[in-house]
Amino acid sequence: MDNNNSSRETSERSGPTRRVIVQGAIAGSLAGLGLAGVAPLSRARAAADASKWPKDAFAQKTEADAIKALYAGKMPEASDKVNLDAPEIAENGAVVPISVSTTLPDVTSIAILVSENPFPLAANYPIQPGTSPMVANRLKMAKTSKVIALVASGDKVFSASKEVKVTVGGCGG
Amino acid sequence: MRRAVSLALALFCLAAPPASAADTVNPKADFKAFRDYFTKRFPNVPLNDFVNGPYSMDAELRKQWVEIDAFPPYQFALDKGKQMFDTPFPNGKTYGDCFPNKGIGIRQNYPFFDAKSGEVITLDVALNQCRQANGEEPFDYTKDDMAALTAYMAYTSRGKLFDIKIPNDRRALAAYQKGEEYFYTRRGQLNFSCASCHVQSPGDHIRTEVLAPALGIVAALPIYRSEWGGMGTTSRRLITCNSQVRGVPLKPEDELYRDVEYYLSYMSNGLPISGPGARP
Amino acid sequence: MASTIRIRAVSSGDTTEVQALVQHPMDSGFVKDAQGNLIPPHYIQVVEFEHAGKAVFTAYWGPAVSKDPYIKFSFKGAQKGDDLTVSWVDNKGATDSLVGKIQ
Ligand code: HEC
Repeated sequence: MDNNNSSRETSERSGPTRRVIVQGAIAGSLAGLGLAGVAPLSRARAAADASKWPKDAFAQKTEADAIKALYAGKMPEASDKVNLDAPEIAENGAVVPISVSTTLPDVTSIAILVSENPFPLAANYPIQPGTSPMVANRLKMAKTSKVIALVASGDKVFSASKEVKVTVGGCGG
Repeated sequence: MRRAVSLALALFCLAAPPASAADTVNPKADFKAFRDYFTKRFPNVPLNDFVNGPYSMDAELRKQWVEIDAFPPYQFALDKGKQMFDTPFPNGKTYGDCFPNKGIGIRQNYPFFDAKSGEVITLDVALNQCRQANGEEPFDYTKDDMAALTAYMAYTSRGKLFDIKIPNDRRALAAYQKGEEYFYTRRGQLNFSCASCHVQSPGDHIRTEVLAPALGIVAALPIYRSEWGGMGTTSRRLITCNSQVRGVPLKPEDELYRDVEYYLSYMSNGLPISGPGARP
Repeated sequence: MASTIRIRAVSSGDTTEVQALVQHPMDSGFVKDAQGNLIPPHYIQVVEFEHAGKAVFTAYWGPAVSKDPYIKFSFKGAQKGDDLTVSWVDNKGATDSLVGKIQ
């Protein structure tokens, strides 16, 4: 969406109105409205496989233990090639937009930790070859905390972190 | 001029409701004073940006909103609203049949003064009237079904400019005036008026929230609030505002709520509909 | 029932930018209901995006991902008109999936 929201709201009608929505085969007719269709025409077989979920890393209660579980003991190095975009002050801890990107080569995964959450590992994204080393998501933060982006590149792990202030907590995570 | 002065007083003292004799009601003069107040106080906020509520006041908040609005959490309500809107009642009629232009792109004309009943009719009330005319139970004015329908109707009206009419009818003027008075009257244990927060203090933090300016304040309704984890109708928002000053909220779509929406919508004339909105 | 998945996939040149939103409570297990009882954890654990039979992106999520979760990523090698398959599974074994077209 364009950042110039004031113009979006007037005559331009870009933003959601111009967004391309993909939703089965009805996308075409509704795309102009920016509304997704109600019933998708096709549902794929479920491919998401819960057995691959890194249970151990998600179960850790400290940042250090989560990192250990994720990278088999490898220690991350701070790197200015890891870009962590997170707000200074979260508008609401329930929905904190956070994105990570990197210029590092051979990236195999990106993980995001919120140190002060009951379970620090929030999300882990394996990156396939051909997939850009970039991800944006929205996370819950129980309280003010350091947020850590971890990027596995080659056989090393790099990190960047930032303190995000939370005044309305996102009820744990 | 008298009206402008009394409004200015209300704006600055936030105590005295404007003069009350019906023949002194002058919406045009109020409109000008109101608009001038906000544009002078916030010279760097583009006029059309006032419709974005707290985000027009705070750059840090705005950046998060832009990211969230890229794929907004109200998307599901919007889809549901469209489906509801397009689904005929058992008698074959649809919501669209109850409205001008089949209900598409008309949000900017609500609320309106209904000469037949002598009352202000909001979009939410018109939707329930439509349901009842078609043999359906009315929806709860604070709940998700109403939020979904109004979200969809707002969405089809995005960018259309508020065009609220106050006909030259004593009852319409009286409703407008009651709405205005309600807006500037202090209430609740904290003894705040709507204006204390939304006229005197836009951009200020109250607890953790950033206050929206009263100009354009109705343009984004209904809203998805992260704090609610869901959608809220106009009534839900106003009830929450009353509760924040530990006041006793009115009934959803109470006559006074409709009147205050009428007043605020008239003050927003010329500003674009931006609903549904995403809010902290 | 309506799908829980909304997806926008837009190709520009050789890169396709994908954004998806899933309707899901993502209950963390730390929140109490109105009666004061803890709402048990209920959250999506894996989201898989496939193009041409190949996984292009996987998300592993814990309970700290926000309600009605959002994800954005980009990948190479797809064309306008191609199918993109999304599927998710949560900690209770519920799943949903959808095939979208790349615009
Ligand atoms: C104690 C301060 C306070 C008072 C008094 C108050 N509000 Fe609010 N209002 C808020 C806060 C906080 C919000 C949420 C943040 C924001 O959008 O300003 C809000 C939001 C709103 C919104 C939604 C704006 C948007 O774009 O999301 C409307 C409409 C509104 N108030 C109307 C009123 C009306 C009408 C009254 C009087 C009945 C009133 N408020 C009284 C604090 C207050």
